[in-house]
Amino acid sequence: MAERAPHPDTPELRARWGSFAWTGSNAEKVREIIGRYPEGRQRSAVMPLLDLAQRQVGEETQTQGWLPIPVMEYVAAQLDMPIIRVLEVATFYMMYNIAPVGRYHVQVCGTTPCMLRRSDDIMDACKARGMKKGHTTPDGMWTLSEVECMGNCASAPMVQINDANYEDLTPARLDAVLDALALGESPKEGTQDPARHTVEPVGEPTNLAAMMHANHDYRSEWSTEPA
Amino acid sequence: MVSVDAQTETEMPTVTVDGTEIEVPDGATVLQACELAGKEIPRFCYHERLSIAGNCRMCLVEVKPGPPKPQASCALPATHGQEIRTDSEMVKKAREGVMEFLLINHPLDCPICDQGGECDLQDQSVAYGRGGSRYHENKRAVTEKYMGPLIKTIMTRCIHCTRCVRFSEEVAGVDEIGALYRGEDMQITTYLEHATKHELSANVIDLCPVGALTSRPYAYEARPWELKKTLGIDVSDAMGSNIRIDVRGREVLRVLPRNNDDVNEEWLSDKARWQVDGLTRRRLDRVWIRRDGKLQPAAWDQAFGMIASAAKGGSVAAMAGDLLDCETMFAARRLVNAAGSQLLESRQTGMSYPAGNLAAVNFNSTFAGIETADAVLIVGSHVRWEAPLLNVRLRKAAKRGAKIFIVGPHWEPTYRAEFLGEDASVLHDLPDHVAAAMQGAARPAIIVGAGGLVAGAHGPALALAHAWNVVRDADGVRWNGFNVLHMAAARMGALMLGFARPRGLAELVQAAPAVLLSLGADEMDYAPFAGSLKVYIGHHGDKGATAADIILPASAYTEKAGTYVSTEGRVQFADKAAFAPGDAREDWTILRALADALGVSIGFDSFDQLRTAMVAEVPALGAEGLIDFGPLPAAESAERAGGPIAYPVKDFYLTNPIARASATMQRCSAELLHGEELAEAAE
Ligand code: SF4
Ligand code: FES
Ligand code: FES
Repeated sequence: MAERAPHPDTPELRARWGSFAWTGSNAEKVREIIGRYPEGRQRSAVMPLLDLAQRQVGEETQTQGWLPIPVMEYVAAQLDMPIIRVLEVATFYMMYNIAPVGRYHVQVCGTTPCMLRRSDDIMDACKARGMKKGHTTPDGMWTLSEVECMGNCASAPMVQINDANYEDLTPARLDAVLDALALGESPKEGTQDPARHTVEPVGEPTNLAAMMHANHDYRSEWSTEPA
Repeated sequence: MVSVDAQTETEMPTVTVDGTEIEVPDGATVLQACELAGKEIPRFCYHERLSIAGNCRMCLVEVKPGPPKPQASCALPATHGQEIRTDSEMVKKAREGVMEFLLINHPLDCPICDQGGECDLQDQSVAYGRGGSRYHENKRAVTEKYMGPLIKTIMTRCIHCTRCVRFSEEVAGVDEIGALYRGEDMQITTYLEHATKHELSANVIDLCPVGALTSRPYAYEARPWELKKTLGIDVSDAMGSNIRIDVRGREVLRVLPRNNDDVNEEWLSDKARWQVDGLTRRRLDRVWIRRDGKLQPAAWDQAFGMIASAAKGGSVAAMAGDLLDCETMFAARRLVNAAGSQLLESRQTGMSYPAGNLAAVNFNSTFAGIETADAVLIVGSHVRWEAPLLNVRLRKAAKRGAKIFIVGPHWEPTYRAEFLGEDASVLHDLPDHVAAAMQGAARPAIIVGAGGLVAGAHGPALALAHAWNVVRDADGVRWNGFNVLHMAAARMGALMLGFARPRGLAELVQAAPAVLLSLGADEMDYAPFAGSLKVYIGHHGDKGATAADIILPASAYTEKAGTYVSTEGRVQFADKAAFAPGDAREDWTILRALADALGVSIGFDSFDQLRTAMVAEVPALGAEGLIDFGPLPAAESAERAGGPIAYPVKDFYLTNPIARASATMQRCSAELLHGEELAEAAE
């Protein structure tokens, strides 16, 4: 993470992004977002606005999107807030990309539950396709990151790619997802286990089985003696 | 922010600290309660003048009732019946633990760190740490950051207390320092490593509890125990900031602020702090006499002889410079009077506002008082540059809801303020909402700055003061909202000692004196005095010395004891911190010797006699503290203000001869105001 740093502020960057402005529909959204906060508290809109800006940059560059320095300054000016405060927010949250990314940002969860469910293999599978942590592939398609728990532990291991989560992965299932994305298709999100619908148990439930079909009062069965 | 307001009528909670019961003010924190009970609580992030962050955890104590674990006392309100322990095993262990964690990622490079010897981390680890580390992994390191010509950064030493961030946001009002990234990767930096660009930036050096932010000009100069510390008064503006002058041998190595809630709180402007390296450059350390158009070294009696013979041919006049102590001016006044003249002036730029009633030229609201104003009209003052610490007070007033209006060209205030136009005539035709705000205010204040005085705004402002009734009883306390903000440290003293002619400098020019004594006057135009023998008594080779016929080397403010009166009419004494270089003498001794040469008597032979004589004539100069100048005079209604206002300060860092000689101030000026790229050359 320490290598995470804002993309350098160069004349080229200024030339490319210095004239950033909201598109018509985004300008509309910005008005709505700022309107959510009470008068004088517009700064609270900084997070949704940065997200929107990142998405707009994404559309313009055909990538997941990122936040060039001039774009952050644009948001700061709009909210009348010191730019250093905006930069603090943008560098705090990993979901803001502060350097350019590829078309697809593959974020592999490596936290303990995923790790126990072999997230290392998922990482290796990504690397086998030419990705490198913290880098974008030369064709501009893939950026690989390792992230902390995404809250999908019940269907670990998982990756998040742009806005979609792909869960219950094996290297083969991941390859299928990535192949589909490479072809411009939209693979099914969520669990990739054909036997699973969502995060319901695979096979028969083993907990609270008596409640499967009707309500059941377990209380009389609780032992009052410590085991 | 928790404020301890002694006036609240609510019942004071009683708490027990280590078995002793004490009453604490309502709204106090547990940390403050412990301090009241005389217990020392170690801390890094907590600071009386900043908001509470509660992020260092060094202030842990045991509190009942509450969860059975140590609590951060700085962020915990003291409530009735609390039992606080600062001496239990739990507290000892907690402190040791926090200390050990803080040191895990600290480089422990004290031998090469300038904070050594005055470092909170060092002191507190000695007092509260466990004496050894159990950490054997790699430490984290942080890449260097650039913060400008005054602040040296070694960010690996930072413990993330965020004092520097809070200072720049809350006190300075210029958000430029921030904490980027998070957790272990957190880094303190300015935006894109730009230099900090405000007049108070170096205060973060004092605030930083470790050696992350240290002073660049003072880097590797000395250890604190090598320094002789003298209490002084700053002369870089008219605030009278209380300073401590640190000297080794003959050289002033640094200046630090002293705590004075009424004056500078505990801050100091960058100029007051770092102009002192100018004290060793361009110094006048011998007598010079101009012969054939060229200044040539000479002896004292030669110079005195020339002055004496010139004085026979006409009158003697004196112009007091901006940095003078009252004693020097009093000696000069005695001398000029003894020579049969009344030609004394101190307003070098030719201002001639009436100085007969000092209440009309004083900052009557006081610096602490102006914080409580609820509507302020500033007439012709670039407050940030003319009195940076007053600007801090105005920012506090604005934060409390005061409406602030400014007449004059735009500058960047650190608070919400409305600019009413550049022309002083707007005073006669104020917009309705401004007049209404001033009229409706409970504590209205007017501040007339130098730009306003030049534009003739003094009289009209005084008229407004009467119209708005700015002198009144506010909540049972006398409120005087009429203020003049001077820029010269010597100004109030000079006015008290009569260095003001009714028509100002013009009167001196018209009198065409045979001898013009220039007491460190470096801001005036000497051209009209072509016929006078110009004797410059001062310490720096600046404008005055260039124009002079005779130069008598004198002492700078750190090299003599003296009395100063700040723009709020506060009398303060300063001690002598160092000796003047070469042949330079304390100013009063030069004037005393000159009296002998002129064959007149000025009635004192020692500094003590001088002071006694001065206090006998102007008793107010005898006691430290605020002077009461009495009621405001009536306004001269005929006077009209007009014309565009111009601020006299063109370059904050170079306003006096010492600052102009200072390499640090020159660099600040070049880099911060003129945008020169010196960042690379720095390292
Ligand atoms: S640089 Fe100093 S003052 Fe600023 S956060 Fe770090 S330790 Fe605190
Ligand atoms: S650990 Fe990977 S989603 Fe929770
Ligand atoms: S002083 Fe209390 S947490 Fe830092």
